[in-house]
Amino acid sequence: MLADKDRIFKNLYGFGDWRLAGARKRGAWDGTKAIIAKGRDWLVNEVKASGLRGRGGAGFPTGVKWSFMPKQVGDRPHYLVVNADESEPGTCKDREIMRHDPHLLIEGCLIAGAAMAAHVGYIYVRGEFVRERERLQAAIDEAYEARLIGKDNVHGWDFDLYVHHGAGAYICGEEMALLESLEGKKGQPRLKPPFPANVGLYGCPTTVNNVESIAVVPDIMRRGAAWFAGIGRPNNTGTKLFCISGHVERPCTVEEAMGIPLRELIERHCGGVRGGWDNLLAVIPGGSSMPLIPAGPNGCDDLLMDFDGCAKHKSALGTAAVIVMDKSTDIIKAMARIAYFYKHESCGQCTPCREGVGWMWRVLTRMAEGRAQKREIDMLFDVSKQIEGHTICAFGDGAAWPVQGLLRHFRPEIERRIDEYTAKTRPEPVRVAVAAE
Amino acid sequence: MAKIIVDGTEIDVPPEFTLLQACEAAGAEIPRFCFHERLSIAGNCRMCLVELVGSPKPVASCAWGVRDCRPGPNGEPPQVKTKSPMARKAREGVMEFLLINHPLDCPICDQGGECDLQDQAMAYGVDSSRYVDNKRAVEDKYIGPLVKTIMTRCIHCTRCVRFSAEVAGVPELGAIGRGEDMEITTYLEQAMTSELQSNVVDLCPVGALTSKPYAFAARPWELNKTESIDVMDALGSAIRVDTRGREVMRILPRVNDDINEEWISDKTRHVVDGLRTQRLDEPYLREHGRLRPASWSEAFAAIAARLKQTPPARIGAIVGDLAAVEEIFALKDLMGRLGVVNLDARQDGAALDPARGRASYIFNATIAGIERADALLIVGSNPRREAAVLNARIRKRWRAGKFPIGLIGEKVDLTYTYDYLGAGPETLAEIAAGKHSFAATLRQAERPLLLIGMGALARPDGVAVASLAAKAAVEVGAIKDGWNGFSVLHTAAARVGALDLGFVPGPGGLTARAMAEPGALDAVFLLGADEIEIAPGAFVVYIGTHGDAGAHRADVILPGAAYTEKSGTYVNTEGRVQMATRAGFPPGEAREDWAILRALSDVLGHRLPYDSLQQLRKALYAAHPHLMRIGQIAAGDPEDVRRLAQHGGAVDRAPFRCAIEDFYLTNPIARASAVMAECSALAESRARIVAAE
Repeated sequence: MLADKDRIFKNLYGFGDWRLAGARKRGAWDGTKAIIAKGRDWLVNEVKASGLRGRGGAGFPTGVKWSFMPKQVGDRPHYLVVNADESEPGTCKDREIMRHDPHLLIEGCLIAGAAMAAHVGYIYVRGEFVRERERLQAAIDEAYEARLIGKDNVHGWDFDLYVHHGAGAYICGEEMALLESLEGKKGQPRLKPPFPANVGLYGCPTTVNNVESIAVVPDIMRRGAAWFAGIGRPNNTGTKLFCISGHVERPCTVEEAMGIPLRELIERHCGGVRGGWDNLLAVIPGGSSMPLIPAGPNGCDDLLMDFDGCAKHKSALGTAAVIVMDKSTDIIKAMARIAYFYKHESCGQCTPCREGVGWMWRVLTRMAEGRAQKREIDMLFDVSKQIEGHTICAFGDGAAWPVQGLLRHFRPEIERRIDEYTAKTRPEPVRVAVAAE
Repeated sequence: MAKIIVDGTEIDVPPEFTLLQACEAAGAEIPRFCFHERLSIAGNCRMCLVELVGSPKPVASCAWGVRDCRPGPNGEPPQVKTKSPMARKAREGVMEFLLINHPLDCPICDQGGECDLQDQAMAYGVDSSRYVDNKRAVEDKYIGPLVKTIMTRCIHCTRCVRFSAEVAGVPELGAIGRGEDMEITTYLEQAMTSELQSNVVDLCPVGALTSKPYAFAARPWELNKTESIDVMDALGSAIRVDTRGREVMRILPRVNDDINEEWISDKTRHVVDGLRTQRLDEPYLREHGRLRPASWSEAFAAIAARLKQTPPARIGAIVGDLAAVEEIFALKDLMGRLGVVNLDARQDGAALDPARGRASYIFNATIAGIERADALLIVGSNPRREAAVLNARIRKRWRAGKFPIGLIGEKVDLTYTYDYLGAGPETLAEIAAGKHSFAATLRQAERPLLLIGMGALARPDGVAVASLAAKAAVEVGAIKDGWNGFSVLHTAAARVGALDLGFVPGPGGLTARAMAEPGALDAVFLLGADEIEIAPGAFVVYIGTHGDAGAHRADVILPGAAYTEKSGTYVNTEGRVQMATRAGFPPGEAREDWAILRALSDVLGHRLPYDSLQQLRKALYAAHPHLMRIGQIAAGDPEDVRRLAQHGGAVDRAPFRCAIEDFYLTNPIARASAVMAECSALAESRARIVAAE
């Protein structure tokens, strides 16, 4: 369990003051000038050494990402874009940072900006986060007033920070779609390559980072990369905000060390699974786009909550939004609902995702009732494989994985339901007509 | 050059190639829907997926650069497989997805037979469907009188959206909705306003966007395809005329990178119904104030009787805008034999004179040369109306960046931004004198281009304006070795050809305007000249195709052949010689114009010495050798422009006006077309709404 002294987000629950004074008391904005003064290379190397991996879902090493930015600023300015379009179902960590500890994020933006020679940063806030945006903006105003950021600030690195409010589309959390949206266009992912570090916002070198990845940077700088790297397991270092929702006694967002066993996470912080650990059916470890992991000795029992731990179970840590489902869950219906979400949120740009996700949803909806053929189970798996890896962005993968997870682990349940439906005698159509009279 | 292995064969390609280009260079066929050579890369159809060895996922070959590929572990060239199980499976998956919501209405679809989806489904589709749920249905949209939509068929490739935003420069099409609810539409289903909008029909890989006037008219396999050129404007765009029997069913663009790339204007495409209506199909004779059908011999006899009493000085001939070089040559020959010097091909009174040299009246920079230019001054022209396809070329250059554009004339929307410099000749004079700031911009440019429209030349002080423009061109350095930026944009397809033949007043001869004056002449030949009104009094012989202004005024009508019904040479605004091909026969008694003149010459007692088109052309080429070099430009002498600059003259203060009032109704064929009339009415109502705002 993470010791209190190792916590980065000390005001995660909003018990303290979120304003500048409170943030300063918790250690924010302390020695920032000295940190920035150490220079670009030192900053990037420090983040690399800390082993910080992106907290937005894909887990790409943050320091490596920063190092992709051009070494010299050419005629195009560099941009930092912070992805605060936190829309993954089950995920509620970035909003806590924005409304309770916004100064960590602002300070992180300044340091990250200095590390990639960007003088301008944009924070793209999810459309539904109205209060969060207001508070973040208030905190930025405070920082400007205290000359912590802005032109000629006390830290010696000119940095302007803008908050952009999205319109509530899930796909705008995809980095390339986010950039399109930020430019005022329809939020549809761009093709890669070129990568944003080369051609990003307005065609300029850009790095897009998750809120949490940026917000942990100041503490890494202050306390040293070794401290951060010392928490968790190799390749899965540091602390992480876990958002546990679903069938637990007390759903919560909590900062924990990477690699914490799932069971410990749930039982220590959430009061355990509703009806006890044995009542667990499955968890989705990282937000709705990740494959579920079933309960049991080869599933949740030995699941370590970090990138490699989840990968061992053919899933992924994602945003570390743990969705817990107990045995009362209609797992097929749950996955059909997730498929509906993806059908609704697909941008419609490229073929496999546009056409395929709706197809999966329709088949799953029928399967939830049992109104399907058994051969459609294999067909559904095939369709999900035809989507996965064939799309412009990772949305197609994210839509296909939960379905694959279901088919991998709950095939007997689907077959049982189909049998049940087939066996049931139903009233004749004639009787329906009579009843209607 | 970069090495790459495609399906086991190693080839050398430029590193900026995409994988799709590299694969095609290696001879591998890559299916595609969204990719188009002349549009930006969208990469959204996912049909062109190939296996890139080392990459866990197949990659979209249209968007993946050869230089983006990593070499193998031992430095061997990147390897692409287009026929591997992975690539094939990926494509079959995409094809299945495209087909699950595509209606099975091929038998009633106008795209049938020339449908990319149909063709590729033959290669990558399966014979049965695994999709058992209901197919998606999408409401059809109204997007104008030219493009019919059946949106259920749409596969969302966004070619149309990219075309209207990038090439046409009128971003009216877009996608609304998300996911499978995404729909292509215009804002509030308004009609598209671009003059190039029908090209989206060609671009649409399926039958979602089809030609409205051509709806259900014919199947592609019943049509005879004739490659020809267009005469609706002075560009001479490459077209393909599709006929069924003797009837022209539709006109499509052909690729010609020197002129129209692969676009044509709506007028070029949809003038088809104008070729059928209002046609003159037998000779007419005016008796007691009324026209009556007559035989050819009656008509010729009436002309001969009249001309016998008329001295040559009282006879004139005016050539219209659609005439081919052959008939102009025959007419000039005949008039020469009659001793007539009142000849003119410039109905609009444009101040262009072959005596000042060819460079003084052609588009010297060439259309493709626009892309090499690095600054542009438009004088008295609205290229969007006068040559919509050329305007798209200017826009293409402008999109490439670093292309300052100045405009003197009417302030209009040209689909690109420009500096509005002034309305009339005084601004041009300032530039010629180097006093204007834009003159410095032009001077700094390596290859400045001056585009001079008929709005600047077809006016009483046209010569002085032309001279001023030439002076400006010389002053800013537009005339130099390897570059002649003095470019005249014509509006009439026949004009440059007629000027090349010297169809202008001889010594003491009258101009077209002067011939039209009351009492100027006793007899006038109009060779398809409908844009000029001959004052009452003169005996008018009209040789033409349509019952338009000229035919109404005529005393004798001799029915001729339209541009799709004869083999004729046209010289476009660049001075490029091109040949139109006969796709069908003229209706009824109508004959090819040169043959009419040949027959008439016999009756008049001045028999023209050629009995066939070949003999005529032999005589033509002997007199004007450059006309036999089809597809080529006999370049003008830059000295002509310098001499023109010396000409001088007093200019008027009147502002330049656009030469074309109504894009859709510029010639007799277009005026006979109901489709063009509808487009014109729509454009007019739109203009009225804009004006009211």
